[in-house]
Amino acid sequence: MTQTPDARTERTDRRAGELTPRELLRWAWRQLTSMRTALILLLLLALAAVPGSVIPQENLDSLETSRWREAHPTLAPIYDRLGLFDVYGSVWFAAVYILLMVSLIGCILPRTWVYLRAIRAEPPRAPRNLERLPDHASYDTDLGGEAVLTRARAVLRERGYRVRAAADGDDAVSAERGYLREVGNLLFHLSVVVVLVGFAMGGLFGYKGGMIVVVGTPVANTPNSYDDLVPGTLFQAEDMDPFVFTVDDFDVEWIEDGPGIGTSRGFASHLTYRERDGEEKEYRLRVNHPLKVGSTELFLIGHGYAPVITVRDGEGNIAYSGPTIFLPQGPDLLSFGVVKAPDARPEQIGLDGLFFPTFVMTPDGDLTNVPGRPRNPLLSMSVYRGDLDMDAADSTSQSVYVLDTSKATKVEGEDGKDLRLDLSPGETAELPDGLGSVTFERVVDWNRIQISQTPGKRIALAGVVLALVGLLGSLFIRPRRVWVRAVAGGGGTLVTVAALDRTGGGDVTTVIEELVEALAEEEKT
Amino acid sequence: MSDADWSALSNTAIAVAGGLYFLALVAHLVEWSALAGRRQHETATTEAAEGGGVAVATGPADDLGSGSDREERVARFARIGLAVTVLALVAHLVALVARGLAADPNRVPWGNMYEFTMAGTFVVAAGYVGLYRRFRLAWMAPLVVGLVVTLLMVAVIWLYNPVGPLSDSLNSPWLVIHVVSAVLATGAFTLGGILSATYLVKMRRPVGPIMSRVPELAALDRTAYRIHAFAFPVWTFAVLITGPIWAHQAWSSYWNWDPKEVWAFITWVVYAAYLHARSTAGWKGRNAALLALVGMATLWFNFIGINYFSTTSQHSYADAAAVVERP
Repeated sequence: MTQTPDARTERTDRRAGELTPRELLRWAWRQLTSMRTALILLLLLALAAVPGSVIPQENLDSLETSRWREAHPTLAPIYDRLGLFDVYGSVWFAAVYILLMVSLIGCILPRTWVYLRAIRAEPPRAPRNLERLPDHASYDTDLGGEAVLTRARAVLRERGYRVRAAADGDDAVSAERGYLREVGNLLFHLSVVVVLVGFAMGGLFGYKGGMIVVVGTPVANTPNSYDDLVPGTLFQAEDMDPFVFTVDDFDVEWIEDGPGIGTSRGFASHLTYRERDGEEKEYRLRVNHPLKVGSTELFLIGHGYAPVITVRDGEGNIAYSGPTIFLPQGPDLLSFGVVKAPDARPEQIGLDGLFFPTFVMTPDGDLTNVPGRPRNPLLSMSVYRGDLDMDAADSTSQSVYVLDTSKATKVEGEDGKDLRLDLSPGETAELPDGLGSVTFERVVDWNRIQISQTPGKRIALAGVVLALVGLLGSLFIRPRRVWVRAVAGGGGTLVTVAALDRTGGGDVTTVIEELVEALAEEEKT
Repeated sequence: MSDADWSALSNTAIAVAGGLYFLALVAHLVEWSALAGRRQHETATTEAAEGGGVAVATGPADDLGSGSDREERVARFARIGLAVTVLALVAHLVALVARGLAADPNRVPWGNMYEFTMAGTFVVAAGYVGLYRRFRLAWMAPLVVGLVVTLLMVAVIWLYNPVGPLSDSLNSPWLVIHVVSAVLATGAFTLGGILSATYLVKMRRPVGPIMSRVPELAALDRTAYRIHAFAFPVWTFAVLITGPIWAHQAWSSYWNWDPKEVWAFITWVVYAAYLHARSTAGWKGRNAALLALVGMATLWFNFIGINYFSTTSQHSYADAAAVVERP
């Protein structure tokens, strides 16, 4: 503020207690940078983070979020306006942490200046009455005062204290240690800002996305290949590293007996990839072992089955053919999937149903799946004919995992019940009424590959590590002042040792005991 | 020994440990009741009005014999309690080690919630025994032992899972570094929380047979702070350094705002507030202790509760197939 003349004229005719804008600003700044405000902001930050762990978040689990929206039609628009489906990207969450950062910087900068002045300062003179300090001890000695003080200086220096320069007429030694505590404190708080910068870089310039890759099918790293893509605000598609990759082979190590039977011990993808103009390389992609290509990283995070299905229409033409991704419904990999053949003639054909990796018929006649290695694959699908509503603008009908049957009719078998096709690999079923046929050729695996670029991650990591170092310094370096006074009297010298813990919480009695012991020991030698 | 034998040994050992902890708890309760009787007897006239609030039921003071008898009784049961706690700790350790050896391949014994809780309570009990002399923790014996018994019961009754191999995402060296530091910090925060809770109780009721044995408010506050000051950097290391590094390797992004991460962050922020509050006028003392308790509540909610509240957490290891994601 440079309008001091204005402020001065105002001052004459304002009411008592009224603040000039400048004073108001200063007051506001003081309030913001006070510890009390920082504390409240910290607690607000903790509180503000809670909703995101309870309400499904758009960026984390869009499927769950859309389900939640459908289940709560009145609340959803309100939550939307409040940003509750994207808490960590919302304005109010940002407001809390930005205010906290400003408060932190406002607190740290002045302290840095104070510290820079204090770091060169000598330990202060001894108080007149050391006995008034809560922690002190005295003893008598035959040594002269000057000798005691010289020894005290040596002992204290040895223990890492800074000792006040000796001056004529001194009857006491002043010493101080623990100057680095404040350095640790400042380092910690500045590092928090560094972490935030690194984190923001990742959020702004990075991206993460995922794709389902069928084994044997080459994929290019372009936005179109992704099933879901969450780009940073400033991320541009041309920043994507150009490469192509293929999952050539995929194997799962199943647990065949003992506890955990039917689950997998691990799985691995045998991957070949090629950067633009580069030569082809191989990599064995596993959980916890990502592949790095340029600045992009690929992660294997899941797998499932894709039955290869061929649909022939009533005219004998292939209306649909290829590996069809079925989504696991649970840990046993019983999977659900759909087939859409909109080009089939005379009518469109749709299939939906389950894939059993290991199918077993229970005595009751129910179909069940046994977890583990696929031993007896079975495809069990219902058939629909008619309009699959593929032209509708509604997004749900365009999902490859959902079949819109609102305008289609379920095909019935000869017995008048709904038709179910139960197919083992290699089998073909004819559809009634000359609709065509469905063939279950074989099963291939698919992998869920997560791909991301995270710029700034090293900055963030360095920031946290520095913060930890600073934290350790600020918590465990104990700054304290020690005074040793030697006064002649009663034929000898009365030595008084006193100490003051500057953090207020420390226990200095043992420090004094050790010092007295060390001084006495030196006397003996 | 076969894996099944190791597994059976682990189950037996944890039952033995639970039984011993319970015996230790009984011994300490006898100690406290004798203590309460003694104090009541000695200060019957002065403290008659304030004698309430004793958690332990006592017989009529006269039945307990003379003062020195009671003194001896208190000391004897304190010794018995501690000795039994140490035995329980050994059984607890055997249970943990056997659990690790029961898995094929052998692994660290913290692959699911049952094992996390078993390891966490071990750290609480070991920390208490280790610091018993240094911080003169005799007074907190029934609180610690009672808490450990309760949590072990929760683990055995509700969280038990047969020993199995690690799910693939857990199969990483970071399982050792990340979880050891998280469990260590959890145990230390819990000890600190007990101290802060005692601080608040003592603040409201400074006198009384049991309370007069508890250290001074200032000493309680200082010890609580020192334990929290140890736990906070360890927690920082666990959730803000090793956690993100591992998350980046396994899940492609070092910070996912996964519910477990969110709550670990909340815990971190609350304890950061506690450390600041201790040096802020108007917040030190009572409010700081309250913050420590809020911190402990968020910590344990995160440790156990969030797995049941959130189905989307990538940390829900109760479910072995957490790694199979829906696209």
